Amino acid sequence: MYRFCVAALAGPLLSATLAMAEPLPGELPVDPYEASNENAGAAPLENPDVFVAFHGQAGIDRIVDDLVDRVIVDPRIEGIFRASDLVRLRRTLKEQFCYLLGGPCDYTGRDMVEAHKDQGITMREFNALVESLQLAMDTEGVPFAMQNRLIAKLAPMQRDVVTR
Amino acid sequence: MALTPSSAIRNNTILCCIAFWASIASPSAAEDIEPGGKLLLTRGISSVDGTGGGGIVPWALITGNETDRGIGATAHLTSVMLPDFDVVSYGAGIGLRDRLEMSYSHQTLDTGSTGPKLGLPDGYTFSQNVLAAKVRIAGDAVYGQDTWLPQIAIGAIYKKADHGDLLAALGAEDDDGVEFYVSATKLLLAQSLLLGATLRYTEANQNGLLGFGGTSDASIYPEVSVGYLLSKRLIIGGEYRAKPDNLTFAQEDAWMDLFAAYAINDAMTMSAAYADLGSIATFDDQRGLYLSLQVGF
Ligand code: HEM
Repeated sequence: MYRFCVAALAGPLLSATLAMAEPLPGELPVDPYEASNENAGAAPLENPDVFVAFHGQAGIDRIVDDLVDRVIVDPRIEGIFRASDLVRLRRTLKEQFCYLLGGPCDYTGRDMVEAHKDQGITMREFNALVESLQLAMDTEGVPFAMQNRLIAKLAPMQRDVVTR
Repeated sequence: MALTPSSAIRNNTILCCIAFWASIASPSAAEDIEPGGKLLLTRGISSVDGTGGGGIVPWALITGNETDRGIGATAHLTSVMLPDFDVVSYGAGIGLRDRLEMSYSHQTLDTGSTGPKLGLPDGYTFSQNVLAAKVRIAGDAVYGQDTWLPQIAIGAIYKKADHGDLLAALGAEDDDGVEFYVSATKLLLAQSLLLGATLRYTEANQNGLLGFGGTSDASIYPEVSVGYLLSKRLIIGGEYRAKPDNLTFAQEDAWMDLFAAYAINDAMTMSAAYADLGSIATFDDQRGLYLSLQVGF
């Protein structure tokens, strides 16, 4: 109720100033929010070697697509993604990883608390997603030490993502 | 049993642990107890004392694959083949909510054909039973990547050695004792490094296998471990553990090892090490192969 009121009041007021990203065809609308790189949940890496090791934007795109393909069939967590807008999820995850890895991207999605607050995610489910991400990075041929650079950025987001 | 101060401390420690265990494992929380969920290797392996750790040093990690919502357990079999002795340890541990760990292990030091040289029967075997409890009190070794705070745990280890009369003849004050430790463990993921430090308050001779106490009182000894993750399944590293030197008949050295631990899958971890246990019961240069298998869920 409170959220609805804030959205109803703030929506029309803020919409003019919000820097919304270009949604892709097929994306569903979401409640208005303020887009900011702060929402990515961590500061980007400064070492340019890491972005290269991920094979740039193209490599990150392949990793995210592979990751999403894996989690939506993983019996441990697929249920959580059944109602999700996967077009939007792929786009925002690609932006987020690119941004965190020091690539030339802005993150335009919601912050990690907002994106996950209704998902009831547990630690076990968080780790299931990490395992899929590791497999996706293996498939892309990202060296293990470089994979850990990204995982080190994502690991503390557990505090925002895991609510149960 | 006479209620000496040390036995009172021990009994209170055990009682307190059981009470704490019961409060964490209360039946009202039973519906969300679930097994599994940790990432590979993040439960650690089992030390010779049965505690989750490296091979000879306890770590702040909690054994078992469980997360903060679950229960997990491990069992281990470890063998160290030295020039003049064989050390064997087996046991099991339970992890609850990635917070509390309780473990048991049995250790033997087989003197084999070395026995007669010490005036003991051929194949004489020292042995002890070890009960341990550990509570994680702060930090998160794996997920706290944005802070320097390590995961910190405190623990108590109760050891009771067999053949008390012989141990007394060798100069040990007691055949049982309690060790207390605080352990800090940090995974520096961006560097693929694992760092650990432990301070142990102890008077155990050769880990307790040769009894407790002698020429000096219990004191605090440092232990460190360093590991490098080569893959999500494989970690290599080294450990160092300072120890008391309490028996007049034989000098005792620090223990150290260089190890590799490989997670075959989420149930099994195989470890191998080159262990240097120094001088044991007058026999110097006890270096050899350490092998350990840990299974769990
Ligand atoms: C550090 C780990 C994680 C990161 C960086 C992450 C990132 C994201 C991002 C960027 C979004 C889209 C935000 C937006 O739409 O504006 C999102 C949404 C979502 N995430 Fe995560 N996530 C993580 C962990 C997880 C886990 C462990 C699960 C479940 C097992 C999960 C389930 C979801 C779901 C279901 C959505 C879609 C929400 C919706 O459709 O409204 N996430 N996540």
